[in-house]
This record gives sequence, structure tokens and C-alpha cells, in this order.
Amino acid sequence: MAMTNMVSGSGTISSNAMLRIPCPQCGLRDYSEFRYAGDATKSRPGLESTDPREWHDFVFLFDNPKGAHREYWQHVQGCRQWIVLERDTATNRVGSASLARERGHV
Amino acid sequence: MREISRYSAWSLARKALFGTRWRRAWRAADPRPTYDVVIIGGGGHGLATAYYLAARHGITNVAVLEKGYLGSGNVGRNTTLVRSNYLLPGNTEFFEHSLKLWEGLSHELNYNVMLSQRGQLVLAHGPGQLDVLARKGNTMRLNGIDAELLEREDVQKLVPFLDYSAQSRFPIYGGLYQARAGTVRHDAVAWGYARGADHLGVDLIENCEVTGFLRSGDRVIGVETSRGTIHAGRTAICVAGHSSQMTAKLGWRLPVESHLLQAFVTEPIKPFLDHVISFGAELFYVSQSDRGGMVFGGHIDGFNSYTQRGQLPKVQTVAECAVALIPGMSRLKVLRHWGGIQDMTPDGSPFIGRTPFENLYLNAGWCYQGFKATPATGWCLAHTIAHDQEHPLIRHLSVDRFERGNGHDEYGLGLWNYKQ
Repeated sequence: MAMTNMVSGSGTISSNAMLRIPCPQCGLRDYSEFRYAGDATKSRPGLESTDPREWHDFVFLFDNPKGAHREYWQHVQGCRQWIVLERDTATNRVGSASLARERGHV
Repeated sequence: MREISRYSAWSLARKALFGTRWRRAWRAADPRPTYDVVIIGGGGHGLATAYYLAARHGITNVAVLEKGYLGSGNVGRNTTLVRSNYLLPGNTEFFEHSLKLWEGLSHELNYNVMLSQRGQLVLAHGPGQLDVLARKGNTMRLNGIDAELLEREDVQKLVPFLDYSAQSRFPIYGGLYQARAGTVRHDAVAWGYARGADHLGVDLIENCEVTGFLRSGDRVIGVETSRGTIHAGRTAICVAGHSSQMTAKLGWRLPVESHLLQAFVTEPIKPFLDHVISFGAELFYVSQSDRGGMVFGGHIDGFNSYTQRGQLPKVQTVAECAVALIPGMSRLKVLRHWGGIQDMTPDGSPFIGRTPFENLYLNAGWCYQGFKATPATGWCLAHTIAHDQEHPLIRHLSVDRFERGNGHDEYGLGLWNYKQ
């Protein structure tokens, strides 16, 4: 789609506009169609792990970067897919988006 | 100690008659190589901490380091509300202590912070919600805090312009009123504490960004800054939305995510809204400024952000709340909306106290409630730094509480309510 190409062509979206997310299925859509689900860089401890420290760190601690952030969004008012989005938290510039299941996240 | 120029009716008249110039309210200090205490962050909390360290604990060899200008962050971006209607043990006493400090602050600082105790009304839109408010009001009264439960008729008498119609989407059942709550001129808080601290000998150093920490093992012994190295006996972090960036320099991750919260002001109108009103059906609160603008705010935008500029869907949500509550606001034009960066914590409560690093103290994670807490935070953090021991009012706010399963959930919604 033309709008998606515009995004992948420049790799960015103006930070002045509403945040828009290039859904791999539906193209470029307003962020208000999505549900934000946080940091996608964490990896869950193995289910056999009984170390409370490991689980505490997974659940409660964040890098919370000012800059490049990899994060989950779910397109709840669209294709309902889970998406992993690259976004700059200091400018809202959006980079690539991919389906979480294709990246082995789900 | 510097010569102190006090503000008074006499000094005002003298300046008006003879036209002499006002002196700067505080010095532009340059950093010295060593301080007893260095406070990172020249906002409301950092300046209040410096003031109480000097005024209450006699520790005056203190520097406040600010990367921009004093009061350039959230102390000037909030909706200026102060109140002490909290439910949980710990919070009730802490915020009441804060409100008592607000009540004496203009005299304490010889600086008019324009505290206006116009009263805050929290609305209930169903019988269950009114029961919850009754419980909170009883808790407050048992702690010696003023609270009054109002029925629908009382609310209508107090604020007749809310939507009491039969078609109202959120019918009003009553509310909880705290008469001592109100608003404060927020910039004056930063300026008043800055001037007070400066008069007591504290160095306020602007345009001085902290770029790293000096360490000796697990002890913090100073900071690297854009204006040189500064050694410190003790160091405190008061940087709100950027807390994670600061602790990352120590390889320390916090239970914090930074989100954007918007606030709004409309064109000025004649006096209309005499109180602070909080909607009960959504997070929405409104008051009228002295200039006449309606000042209001709502929820965070909902995703990690340091942009300090709000997204439009949240503007719509907040405007819908405004009109659902006060239909008369529908014709008002919004003049400005702006954003501040909130350090959100899993349980909605902040962190104040000692840290895993010796001689380093943290004050972070204030979520929506940092402004009203400013005096008590300064009071308690100054005590904590001076004694290397948490003040009794903040013992429930330690940064490692989730490791011990001791989350402090004021709203009773469970952890992560900011993500719901």
C-alpha cells in the first residue's frame, strides 16, 4: 500500500502528526486503534525457574529508555495481531513493525 | 550567610515610591568542587529538599544541580492541586503532613505561593462509589483530617452547574468534600523554595547536567557534570520522569516506566467554578485559575514517552469527560495543552529513601501526585539524607518493596492500574 511504502521508504514519521503504526497486515493506522502492551525486549524466565529474584526482575524492572524502544502493540480494532514496533520514545519516530509471532515472541 | 531582603508590605511600598530595583531572588551560583550534599534536579522536590536540609537540619553546604533552568519540569506543568484525601495507612499521614506544610508555606518562605483552599469535591456516580468515599472520609476523619460526605442535594447546592439531568450518562449520587484542599501557584513554589534555600547558603546551579556518578565500590562519592566534577558526601536523585536515565548510569534498573500526562487550559471566563472538582466516572479533575481559565487534566497518554507533547485522542477523551461533567464547558475554547513526563510505578506509589548504593538517595515514581507532595517530600527526604535513615512517614515507600511483596496500592485496583 502506498502509505506503508511511504513509511518504510523514509523509515520515520513526523513527530508532529498523531502517532501512526505501520501494521504489517493493515498498513499505516492511527495508534488509537491499538492497545499498547509495553517492553518487548524482556524475555520471560523458564517456567521451571523458582528464583524469585529472576521473576521480580522480569515483572517489575524496566530499561525505560529515552530513545530506541522495542515494544508490543495489539491491533485490537483491526486485525487483532500482536505487533513488535520499533519506536523512539524521545521523538515518537516509528521504525519497523513486524508480527510478534513471526519473531518468535508469541 | 547573605544579607536577606525580606518581602513585606513595607518593602513593596518603598520600592513603589522610590523606584529602587528589586534584587535577584537568588544567586547564579557556579559549582564548587565539593559539597556535603548534592541534589540532582532543580524542580519542586529537589529545591524543597535543599531548603529543608538547610532550614531544619543545618546542612547548608548543599548544591542543587539542574540541567535546564530551575522549575522547568513538572513543577510548572501540573494542574496545581493540593489535597490530603488518601485512604491507605502511610499515605494518609504523609499527604496530611504535606497539606499542613502547604498551609504554612507562604510564611515559612516569606514568599506568596498563593495557596487557595477552595475545597475539593470528589464525585460518586453510584451508591457503591459513595460507600467507598464514605470509607475514605471516615479514614480521614479518624486521622484528624477534614472530610465531609455530601448527598446529591448538597452537591447540587454547592455546584449547581454539573449535569443533574435525567439523561445524565453518569448520574451524581453525592461526593466527598475536603474544604482544606485547593490550589497553589506552582511556579511560585519552585521560586519560593529556591530563594529560601539560596538565602540559607545553598548553591543553585543551572545548566548543569549530570553525566555520570563517581563511585568508590558501592558508595557514590560525587557526580560528573557538564560543568565539571563535583564531589559529594551524599547525593540525592530528584529527576521525576528521567529517573531511569539517571540510575542507568549506575547500571541500576528501576520499577518505573515514563509516560506522558497532558494538562489543558481554556480561554479565561468570569468566576464560575469555585472549587476543585474530580469526576468519579473517569480520571478527570478541573479547577478555575485566578486568570479565569478552566484548568483540567485526565489520564496518561498510555505508552512510554519522553516527548512532552500530547496525542490528540487523549484530548478528545478529556474533553468528553469535561462536557459529561459540566455541560456548560462545551462552548469553551482550549487555549493550550501541554505534557509532562510521569515516572509511573507498578502500584502507583512513589519511592523515597536509601538505595542499594551507599550515600545515594532516591526520590522517584510520583506518578500523578508529585506536586501536592512537594513540601512533605522535601521534608522527609531532607531528614533521610541528614540521618541516613528513612523518615517515619516514608517507610512504606522503599524502592525494593516489590521484592518483598509489599506493593502499596492506594487505588485498590491491583498492580499496573496505569496500564489498564
